[in-house]
Amino acid sequence: MDHHLEQQAAESEKKAVKLLGMWASPYVLQVRWALAMKGVEYEYVEEDLRSKSAQLLAYNPVHKKVPVLVYHGRPIAESQVILEFIDDAWNHRGDPILPRDPYRRAMARFWARFKQDKLSPPIWRWFTTEGEEQEAAYEAAVEQLLVLEKELAVSGKPFFGGEKVGFVDLSLSPLAYVIPIYEEIVTGGGGGGVKMVTEEKMPSLAAWMGRFLSSPAVRGHLPPLEKLRPRCQAMREAFLVSARAKVEQQQQQ
Amino acid sequence: MSPPVKIIGHYASPYSHRVEMALQLKGVPYELIQEDLSNKSELLLAKNPVHKKVPVLLHGDLAICESLVIVEYIDEAFDGPSILPADPYDRAMARFWTNFIDTKFSQPIWLAYWSEGEAQKAVVKETKENLALLEAQLNGKRFFGGDTPGYLDIAACMLGPWIGVLEEVTGVTLVNGNEFPALCQWAKEYSSSEALEPCHPDRDRLVAYFTENKEKYKMMAKTMLQQ
Repeated sequence: MDHHLEQQAAESEKKAVKLLGMWASPYVLQVRWALAMKGVEYEYVEEDLRSKSAQLLAYNPVHKKVPVLVYHGRPIAESQVILEFIDDAWNHRGDPILPRDPYRRAMARFWARFKQDKLSPPIWRWFTTEGEEQEAAYEAAVEQLLVLEKELAVSGKPFFGGEKVGFVDLSLSPLAYVIPIYEEIVTGGGGGGVKMVTEEKMPSLAAWMGRFLSSPAVRGHLPPLEKLRPRCQAMREAFLVSARAKVEQQQQQ
Repeated sequence: MSPPVKIIGHYASPYSHRVEMALQLKGVPYELIQEDLSNKSELLLAKNPVHKKVPVLLHGDLAICESLVIVEYIDEAFDGPSILPADPYDRAMARFWTNFIDTKFSQPIWLAYWSEGEAQKAVVKETKENLALLEAQLNGKRFFGGDTPGYLDIAACMLGPWIGVLEEVTGVTLVNGNEFPALCQWAKEYSSSEALEPCHPDRDRLVAYFTENKEKYKMMAKTMLQQ
């Protein structure tokens, strides 16, 4: 295709594909990386989630959340659903996001759900609590991370998707950049302290984190770490303050 | 010859039933291994070490877990009528609503049946809002999938045989004909579907199971709502 036609095609694609997002959302970031993997041009709309736009509420009335992908005016919500849609709709282009083989596709979907159901909750609890509750959450999170570590180590591949970034890597992406931020905040920024993913305990995962962040699709759109840090810090503080207030209240009753 | 297909499942589990429905609609013969959930087998623990739950699909040497993951696998691995639609946007809609059922719908409706008093009111309200969304998805069609059952019909199977049983055992009515006529009609279509008939659960057996577990479930609901 000559340059002029290519440009026209890109412009008309940009009009056809719109992404409603928010800069701090890992779910939005996953979608941006998936679109990058397929070389899809799109219009990005930043949403203020404290004051949701009429557009967002119209496009995602059920959950009222980002990301929402709007394709020729038709909205799709839920990041996992969007990732699969991107793979289906641009099947002929770029690298596959899910494997082609049915069993490997099933395994990819299984591990993406594992992250949501079994891994995210204890990590979140670890980040938003202190004392015994935090210690228990830490143990639970490590237990689940070791399951992932084993899976990656046994495969012997650089990514969960094999030779290249795939569905599971995208789904696990917050691990690559959010956990180091959480670790810093939880240990008060000091050098030592408790790490969740160490090279000793989880060599494959530790290596994966850096490899993921420098992969082509991700490298082009890195998460805004300096902006994220204070935001995460504020979140942890808010949860701790709220929990301490509850304890005080209970003790006074 | 195709490798044998088995399900490690449980007759009272709608999640297990989803897998049976998918195999039935695809025309794939299978063996059902009934699991004793109070005394989990070596086989289950070996094939689903991560979650230790039913259902698990065994296809030759392969083991696949998580009911909706299994259903998509069945659609992709075997020939036969399609379970998911062909168009990417329609597939996305089917996946969105099945995800809705698993993440937003299932827990509140379970709690609405098994809880009591003040705590029950909030979950009943939430359940009715969710039911209204699903009612709207039927939009004059026989099934969510159109003329024949599809992915969302399979995911929503608890709204078929299980609702009548739960309403009888608990005395709680949620899916009534006035507020949800399309869902009630869907449940009838589901019960009278010839395609699904061979795997229809035994109603009496379900009633016995839920009656036997009534106190246990009521206690669980109470604990969950207190948190």
